[in-house]
Amino acid sequence: MKDVIFTIQENTRIAPSTYRMVLEGDTAEIQRPGQFVNIRLDGFFLRRPISVCDCEGTLLTIIYKTVGKGTAAMAEMESGFKLSLLTGLGNGYDTQASGDTPLLVGGGAGVPPMYLLAKKLREEGKQVTVILGFNAKEEIFFEEEFRSLGCEVIVTTVDGSYGVKGFVTDGFPEAYSYVYTCGPEPMLKAVYQKAKDGQFSFEERMGCGFGACMGCSCRTITGYKRICKDGPILRKGEILWED
Amino acid sequence: MGRLNCDLCGIQIDNPIIPASGTFGYGSEFAALYDINILGTFSFKGTTKEPRFGNETPRIAECAGGMLNSVGLQNPGVEKVITEELPKLKEVFHKKVMANVSGFSEEEYVYTAKRLDQEEMVGWIELNISCPNVHGGGMSFGTKAADAASVTAAVKKEIQKPLIVKLSPNVTDITEIAKAVADAGADGISLINTLMGMRFDLKTGKPILANVTGGLSGPAIFPVALRMVYQVANAVKVPVIGMGGISSAEDVLEMRMAGARAVEIGAANLTDPFICKTIIEQLPEVMDKYGVKQWQEM
Repeated sequence: MKDVIFTIQENTRIAPSTYRMVLEGDTAEIQRPGQFVNIRLDGFFLRRPISVCDCEGTLLTIIYKTVGKGTAAMAEMESGFKLSLLTGLGNGYDTQASGDTPLLVGGGAGVPPMYLLAKKLREEGKQVTVILGFNAKEEIFFEEEFRSLGCEVIVTTVDGSYGVKGFVTDGFPEAYSYVYTCGPEPMLKAVYQKAKDGQFSFEERMGCGFGACMGCSCRTITGYKRICKDGPILRKGEILWED
Repeated sequence: MGRLNCDLCGIQIDNPIIPASGTFGYGSEFAALYDINILGTFSFKGTTKEPRFGNETPRIAECAGGMLNSVGLQNPGVEKVITEELPKLKEVFHKKVMANVSGFSEEEYVYTAKRLDQEEMVGWIELNISCPNVHGGGMSFGTKAADAASVTAAVKKEIQKPLIVKLSPNVTDITEIAKAVADAGADGISLINTLMGMRFDLKTGKPILANVTGGLSGPAIFPVALRMVYQVANAVKVPVIGMGGISSAEDVLEMRMAGARAVEIGAANLTDPFICKTIIEQLPEVMDKYGVKQWQEM
């Protein structure tokens, strides 16, 4: 982990309440897809944890939804503005487990981390299929970006306004070697039921984001884990659903 | 003797900066970031006799100038702390550590304090009688003077090392509790723990924290902490460790003015993991600016 000052290069609305921010700075600590950064915002006590969408040289891309006052403030920020980021947080996805034909499943705000993962898997020569799940056509983003990486892309919409009507699980192909997923918990549960094996990215309200405060603990088959430090990625075999 | 040195219940520490329990784990997350030997010491995660998962999540909520937590004393239990955490800590930390102890009965407090008292690395026992996030223990000892005195005396009798009692601000008269624990044998007093608070989710109309209430920390509580440290420092003779919302070297100096011998820094570690290092570096300069030659005047 590192505390790095980044400079905003771009901050654009790409879908309703959805923004892409490109930042420049020292990205050395960002080593795996599925990791996140924790962003300090003036006027807010806690940092905002946001997953890494892309990382290339000194450029970091994040995609965030305006869900509260903090992210709403982020949406107002202009190019040139500087932000303090804790980088290299979380365990990230392990691409070694993917097999030759991995399936990536992203739902809504869970789509962004799939991008860097898809990029890495494509670099490793894997044949990648991506399912992008949204509520409706106007919310869709990054379909073309995934295609440009050479991925097979399946889009699902709950209202059927685009692609396959239904949930991400309605878009599952017949065959695939392994599943990587990120999205809201009901979606993760549905994917869990369907997938033989895979890696799942979890969310929780965090205090520090680096394992110090025990704010985001969860129970797993292999003991208590901190979502921020031991996660956010858990393997299927260690997940313990609580409800 | 360095200008930041201070005597904490008979043990000399290099400076008065002490990361507070619950914000510093057992040290390893921070040892990966900087040499934690620069600290005066640190107070490790509140430890109980048995392992605890703590409360359900969400355990964290934000507010203006701070945060609420309801972690609920998640810890691996005293045996694992001794067999796993302390040996790991010993590799990266070569000073005495402050052992924060919590419990649900007087017997549990005594048991855990006694086990940790025998550990060479442990310099002080900090008795947490003020956790607002657990039911049937913790804070209930810290809100009644007679109970606070009783658990203090029971632990003091069984340990060799200096005993610091950490007080809750969720009381009517803090000096009454402070005097009671000092009379019962406390070698020092640390305060304040978090203030009880809550927040609601506007969309669901329900409390954000699964535990409903939580402890407020961060800059929002700094003036409350100063007031209580001031009251306690004027009411007892034992050294007082001031904490609550400290986030700069200036705050540290202000806490000294309120009567603190040393300070603990809590929530600030979570938003700026390097804050204690920064404060230690800046403190001499801030002391110069306000004409303070020596942290602890003889």
